[in-house]
Amino acid sequence: MKLDVQGLTVSFRIPGATVRAVTDASFQVRPGRCLALVGESGCGKSVLAHALLGLLPGNAEVSGSAVLDGELDLVAAAPAVLAKKVRGRRVGLIPQSPATHLTPVRTARAQLEEASRELGSAQRADELAERFGLRAGDLDRYPHELSGGMAQRVANAIALAGDPGLLLADEPTSGLDRPLVDTSMAVLRELCDEGRAVLLITHDLRAAERVADDIAVMYASRLVEIGPAADVLNRPRHPYAAGLVDAQPDRAFTPIPGMPPELTRLPGGCAFAPRCGRASAACASVPPLRGAACHHPLWEDPRAASA
Amino acid sequence: MLRAHEITVRYGRRTVLDRLSLTVEPGAVLGLGGPSGCGKSTLARVLAMMLKPSAGTLTVEGRQVRRWRQRAPRDLRTRVALLYQQPRLAVDPRLTLREIIAEPPAAAGRVDEAKTAALAEEVGLTADLLTRRPHEVSDGQLQRACLARALTLEPGYLICDEMTTMLDASTQALLVSVVNAYRNRTGAGVLAISHDRVLLDRWADARTDLDQLGFDRPAEPVHPAQLAQR
Repeated sequence: MKLDVQGLTVSFRIPGATVRAVTDASFQVRPGRCLALVGESGCGKSVLAHALLGLLPGNAEVSGSAVLDGELDLVAAAPAVLAKKVRGRRVGLIPQSPATHLTPVRTARAQLEEASRELGSAQRADELAERFGLRAGDLDRYPHELSGGMAQRVANAIALAGDPGLLLADEPTSGLDRPLVDTSMAVLRELCDEGRAVLLITHDLRAAERVADDIAVMYASRLVEIGPAADVLNRPRHPYAAGLVDAQPDRAFTPIPGMPPELTRLPGGCAFAPRCGRASAACASVPPLRGAACHHPLWEDPRAASA
Repeated sequence: MLRAHEITVRYGRRTVLDRLSLTVEPGAVLGLGGPSGCGKSTLARVLAMMLKPSAGTLTVEGRQVRRWRQRAPRDLRTRVALLYQQPRLAVDPRLTLREIIAEPPAAAGRVDEAKTAALAEEVGLTADLLTRRPHEVSDGQLQRACLARALTLEPGYLICDEMTTMLDASTQALLVSVVNAYRNRTGAGVLAISHDRVLLDRWADARTDLDQLGFDRPAEPVHPAQLAQR
């Protein structure tokens, strides 16, 4: 299943201000490929995922398109279509916090069976559970009795019950320890290798590195760099992407100076310019995204150079 | 030093920590690793006097802790500060960030505006953020406020329980640099709890794993290897 997002823009009207959460995002997720969308908390990446699922609150204004398989625009689709035909069946959500995603007063089995029944799954709860590394006995537990890793597996099983072709994983690793991060990334990779398209949303560059074919870096509501994972991680072109890569504990471990702007008060031009050592007068205009959205990239576009 | 000696914690019949001993030295960062669910956070709560262990002793600079939680003597309690993984669960949603930072001295009736401002600056919170409430700021900004709050009373020991797990690399690097600067300035001891080996290797002077401390694993250990084989 292919997802083609063009010019996706999401804003929220709140008293006295407008939150610009996603601005002009364009990207594609292809079958068998995993795109990781990375950025810090509050940059708009979760809103982007929710826009694709039609799960935004009522005060959201959405424009642009997100076309699934060349025929269904998720932005324009009616809520009933999203509820009955899309969520769970064509687009699955692997949630941010499995422990709070699950209903606390029902067992894992009851919830998995419900998902399986509602989505008309051919697989029984036990089969789904086994596929995700859960024992049948684990299913009879309540969410608070599950460890973080087990809750994650239950959430994965529920997300996959309707056999969706596109998976959205919204911070699936937050709160997991490193071996479990690696494991859940390996599971995600497997799902991807089965031919599903995966959009992974994460703040964890190392998790992204383990699974992603491509990485998109988001900053202050815009995609600032997108490209093959190895290029973005080893030869980032946008100064923000470079700063994020460098801040990792196995690299320079130095923070990017300053803080990101408020989404209610985004500056005109490049939003990173106030924190950027390479900024110049040119940065007063928004740079177009050509691999990197930057007037002064650290590297010239390798594709442009070879062309 | 902050010394836990043969600490045992049971929840009902389940033993979460079994005769575990650990010492945090002043001026040093001790890294504590181990898989999720192995009892790291339970140990953090014991060290911060927030949880009374079933057995074992905790001594702070030679003084044994005999009363726990709010009954612990104030001068002992304020020697150890605890930072949590999820800042949103660790703050009063009605307070502004400035009030959150100033909460510990305010509780003792000693509000020090200059100190609050200096700490806010140290963690990189700008004046416009200090008037916001938790729901108006990001996790990274809220955790900065929690770190400033933890440092307000100048604790001799700082327990960082997965302080940066939810945060991006840049905010992580900033918070760790603030903790290190505080350690260098005051000679405080730091216990850095994280499942992230790469982080601990970079941050800590020494690293130990909870499951190597004579600890009996809980009833439901996670088996990442099992799933990886599938």
